[in-house]
Amino acid sequence: MEMVEYVTIPAAELQATACSIYEDGKNGLIAMFANDERGLHGNYAIYCVFAVGKGFKVIKALLEATGALEFSSITPQISAAAWYEREIHDLFGLKPVGHPDLRALVLHENWPDAIYPLRKDFDVTTPVPTANRSWHMNGVEGEGVFEVPVGPIHAGIIEPGHFCFSQAGESILRLDAKMFFVHRGIEKAIEGLPLEKAFYQVERISGVCGVAHSLSYCHAIESLAGVEVPERAQYLRTLVAELERLYNHVGDIGNLCAGMGFAVAIMAGARMKEAIMRINEAVTGNRFLRGMVVPGGVRQDITNNLADEIINLLDVLEPDFNEMIGLFRTNDAFLNRVNTTGIVSRQAALDLSVVGVGARASGVDIDSRRDYPYECYSKLQFNVPVYTTGDVAARLWVRVDEVYQTMKLLRQIIAKMPEGPLKVDIPEIKPYSSGFGWSESSQGHCVHWLMVGKDNTIYRLFVRAAAYCNWPALTVAAPGNIIPDFPLINKSYELSYACLDR
Amino acid sequence: MLNVLRKIISTGTVTEDWETSVPVPRFRGEVVVDSAAACQDCQKCAAVCPTKAIKVVPGSISINQNACVFCGLCIENCEAACIKQTDNYKLATLGASLADEAASELRRKIRSLLGRSLHVRHVDIGSCNACDFEMNHLCNPIYDIQQYGIDFVPSPRHADLLMVTGVVTRNSTQALQMTYDATPQPKLVMAVGACAASGQVFGESYAIRGAVDSIIPVDIYVPGCPPRPQALIYALMLALDRLK
Repeated sequence: MEMVEYVTIPAAELQATACSIYEDGKNGLIAMFANDERGLHGNYAIYCVFAVGKGFKVIKALLEATGALEFSSITPQISAAAWYEREIHDLFGLKPVGHPDLRALVLHENWPDAIYPLRKDFDVTTPVPTANRSWHMNGVEGEGVFEVPVGPIHAGIIEPGHFCFSQAGESILRLDAKMFFVHRGIEKAIEGLPLEKAFYQVERISGVCGVAHSLSYCHAIESLAGVEVPERAQYLRTLVAELERLYNHVGDIGNLCAGMGFAVAIMAGARMKEAIMRINEAVTGNRFLRGMVVPGGVRQDITNNLADEIINLLDVLEPDFNEMIGLFRTNDAFLNRVNTTGIVSRQAALDLSVVGVGARASGVDIDSRRDYPYECYSKLQFNVPVYTTGDVAARLWVRVDEVYQTMKLLRQIIAKMPEGPLKVDIPEIKPYSSGFGWSESSQGHCVHWLMVGKDNTIYRLFVRAAAYCNWPALTVAAPGNIIPDFPLINKSYELSYACLDR
Repeated sequence: MLNVLRKIISTGTVTEDWETSVPVPRFRGEVVVDSAAACQDCQKCAAVCPTKAIKVVPGSISINQNACVFCGLCIENCEAACIKQTDNYKLATLGASLADEAASELRRKIRSLLGRSLHVRHVDIGSCNACDFEMNHLCNPIYDIQQYGIDFVPSPRHADLLMVTGVVTRNSTQALQMTYDATPQPKLVMAVGACAASGQVFGESYAIRGAVDSIIPVDIYVPGCPPRPQALIYALMLALDRLK
């Protein structure tokens, strides 16, 4: 794809080159990952992806396998690289020298030292002994301060993560998170599988972002294969992508109210979400929209009846949703909880490369549907809402505005849906070629990088969901607030653990 | 305040009996082998299955419902058209501890103790979050799981049943074991969804230990990817012996 530009350099120059592209934050870091390419040219490769103008600029830094397996960390200059470099250190054993916090991230204390599972010479069937390494949670010290550990098994029906709150009385001084409890090693598990077969694992990286991951993965395959998806399939894909946004946003808005015990709004949101889930099942056969998108196009068509059902749903949903929002738009008790709670400044959002709802609530005007259009988004009209206060309220209002935009988009998609075929075949892709695919999930920019092996198999897939960029923002948002506000802050981001952990 | 009351009253009651709503035509339920048609032993169903749920020996196809993700690829690829998809979602099965006749004593005890008041703790140890959200949906006003005397509780110490979702990952094994140990006797464990019930969805990986029953005993298996809310209620009713 012409919007992606590569520069290949030795790893020793990585820091200088990255800083020159980053320009003190002008061009944000989108992703950073490694790949074991020893079998191809005797080097490990470290990729750094920046957003430059309307395209991606990619640094491919080569690290000789026979030399010292270390490179100069870019985290001191580019904060957003912190977790990426820790992950590279865990999974590949490549050391970012000068990293300010090189604790393990992905592999917990049960994993032995010096086994690096994403290296090609690590056989996935090798039994790995259970170790008992030490694990340090960052806290604070001093008289009267204490820690509140939470999780990984939480009180509600949510995913696992461990949070350590350092407290002075009610106030949170510091928050440290231990994640990756649901790390399934999917990237390694699907290496060597045929592209079209591994799709079903990719579709299951995350339940609530299933369409987004499917699209990002398919876009990477299709751009490498040089095929264009038929127009009707593009519209159908956009349809399910927006249905995914709709059910998530409506459910998340209701669920946010669970952070403060506002039962009427919680139930209103849950009721409307259920209506959308049932439409999802009517359209695709699965309540989470699985079974529609496939590499090359879509698996099923929609009938006129189904299109009418979607329009009928929107006709009922819109006034119902208006009334639900009316319950809290002018409710002082509600606004008191959400206004000025959990602020992430614009600068912090830029430094951490926050994406999606989180970014747009902190004054960062990005949306990959508009900035890097895919499928039929360039033929549709929609606005990207941006708020500047960076608090829970801003993230709520961004979602509310986006629900209206999504309903508008769904109506346009159904009105403009062209006739035509649903799928093209994926031809043989040149071995060891690589490329990106992306989409905008309900949480934000979801990026996949794919290197194809021989006979259309996966050599390496790197998955960077929106949650990857946004989780660190919670550690910025929480301090200064009280613990009872943390559920609210957490739900205002509503991040998927499964997306991050893979 | 008045608009809150108005909203409550205008919405009315939306709760359904769990068996009321019938699956939509496209719903992908149980995959069954149609014995009338003759299998040509082409092996394509087994080859395309993303979770290795199908075994073919000449003349017979067996489908592991616990591992099936209901994608329908086997049906699309079967040359003899001998596999078909139904709309059956009532697929939960009892594990040995409850199914075995010898276990009838335990069943009676559980029924008398838990039958009308079951407290459930959710444990996610490696899911994609779809199963978890479906469990969340059980609490929405349409399914209203509380109407059956079943509720979700915040701690395993309050729980009678653990609903476990996901493949067991290395990183969550300790949490699963500790949660199980913290749950008082008598207790039941339900493996919710293809990951928890079979452990096969993602194949082999350094980070996956397998199905839930490779770590702790499982009493109820619920196929589905994810099981829809009605399938979960069916499983709960089956476990409590409350099916009509």
